[in-house]
Amino acid sequence: MTGAIWAVAELGPDGLPTRLSFEAATVARALATAAGSASAVIVAAAAPDAAATALASYAPRVIVVRLPADAGASNVATAGAVAIAAAAEQPEILLMGATPDGREAAGILAARLGRGVLGNATGLAWSEGGDGAAAGPRVEMSVLGGRALTTSAFADGHGIVTLRPGAVTAAPGDATGTIQELAIPAAFASGVRVVGRADAATRTASIEEAPIVVAGGRGLGGPDGVALLEELAGALGGAVASTRAAVDAGWLPFAVQVGQTGKTIRPAVYVGIGVSGAIQHRVGMQDAGTIVAINRDPDAPLAEHADLYVIGDLFEIVPAVVAALRARAT
Amino acid sequence: MRIVVLVKPVPDATGQERLRPDGRLDRTAAAPVLNGADEYTLEAALRLVDAHGGEVTLVAMAPADGRDALRKGLAMGATRAILVTDDLLAGSCALSTMQVLAAVLRTIEFDLVLAGADSADGGGGVVGAGIATLLELPLVSGAAAIEEAGEGAIRVRRLVGTGEETVEATLPALVVGTQLLGEPRYPTLKGIMGARAKEVAVRTLADLGLAGTRIGGDAATTLVLAQRGPAARSAGRVVREAPDVAAREIVDFLVERRAVR
Repeated sequence: MTGAIWAVAELGPDGLPTRLSFEAATVARALATAAGSASAVIVAAAAPDAAATALASYAPRVIVVRLPADAGASNVATAGAVAIAAAAEQPEILLMGATPDGREAAGILAARLGRGVLGNATGLAWSEGGDGAAAGPRVEMSVLGGRALTTSAFADGHGIVTLRPGAVTAAPGDATGTIQELAIPAAFASGVRVVGRADAATRTASIEEAPIVVAGGRGLGGPDGVALLEELAGALGGAVASTRAAVDAGWLPFAVQVGQTGKTIRPAVYVGIGVSGAIQHRVGMQDAGTIVAINRDPDAPLAEHADLYVIGDLFEIVPAVVAALRARAT
Repeated sequence: MRIVVLVKPVPDATGQERLRPDGRLDRTAAAPVLNGADEYTLEAALRLVDAHGGEVTLVAMAPADGRDALRKGLAMGATRAILVTDDLLAGSCALSTMQVLAAVLRTIEFDLVLAGADSADGGGGVVGAGIATLLELPLVSGAAAIEEAGEGAIRVRRLVGTGEETVEATLPALVVGTQLLGEPRYPTLKGIMGARAKEVAVRTLADLGLAGTRIGGDAATTLVLAQRGPAARSAGRVVREAPDVAAREIVDFLVERRAVR
């Protein structure tokens, strides 16, 4: 029989699981059902209780590891605790988000457990084998900046998968899962100590989680364009994102940069204003459900990728869109 | 400070990059260049050495033609390079890559290892953290700035979910960088000329004592079963109207797509 399939939860600043964690739990449950095995979610944190309760709706079993408070914020400690639990129970597959913390955890787990990693999955399905690999998950991935899609497998069925946002829709299970606390020896001598923290000036919605993302590029021109971008995002209830050019110009923070060296997002709706759509940006947003763009240049690369491409001056069009949205809302 | 920068030669993003029918990278389709994310960490290493003295060693695992990509790093100012190349490594998985690069690091002395956030081709973003784990080095990722913090320690400003934090790590340590480390310098003519005389030491699996171990393509933990091009997006609608008309079209479209109630 196939071993268990685990999802590793990542918690947001509010201490609750990210949307991607619920998606990973949903994938784990679906794979386990297909494989006839068990699924679980593991949450390792200093204050895991609220997250564990929330995850119990999505997983038949929630494994809780309570970390010492001083290790609470360290993703390395979280991954180390998960590695200890996984070494003991030997789950077949470990799933986590393809976020900065998720990737770091995947690297740590791969090294500790001697397992392979398939990164940035956009879809997973169970296979009984006979297609060139052992029974196990078949993982769809986008490589070479989206120029090729591959279907991959683990040679021996065992492995670690990082999951892109939006690969599945998170759905609760039929029954509430059990919550089980696991005692892990607290030995995390990391050699790293936190000496200062600076919370982001504005606690904006995470662009990886937001269903609507409004991105601005070089065409914003400066602070006036950024103000328009923020107004439009506000009117749509979306998160603000940026191209590399707008970050390099100092208009928007790197934390919201989409594309190569930035973040990869898959919102239901992406609206780009003053974004030309260079390949380095497109690799981070091309899987959005719907793409709308407003740009002066009729021949910008994004024109070929947008579902609605509006040619014109964003300084005229965006205020009109904001006004129309506000008129609808009243 | 003795700094190692892990670099990966990747296919130049010209639009010609592709996979072979067996799912491996077609290395004849695009010339290898230095991975973009690794240029930021190299820049950070060069700034540390400019300020405090020391040397920068590039370490890569790649086919033999990866040497050309390493030349750019040497021209930017790295002191030397080590290239692990071996036919047995073709088709290696991320786990083998970690093990091979960790094996190289065991053969040299260093204070700090820098790794890029991910590679432009595979993009898994797991190798740096894996190497730190294999070598039991303090690990700091998401680095935006790195500075010395007295004898045997560094201070790193890093990005986290809530904003930023500053950490201190004892050396030797491994740091995974971001683009915020600073715009990579262009090689000067003098740098390009000087790079020709710099050493690119080639190592095989046997040189690293890894011959005969479960490593490389034959021991790959992952395999590609199938590949295809991306699904074509159906052609979108183009609107070129007066601002108020265009705005109405946008709002109507967003309503149709249920982005707006």
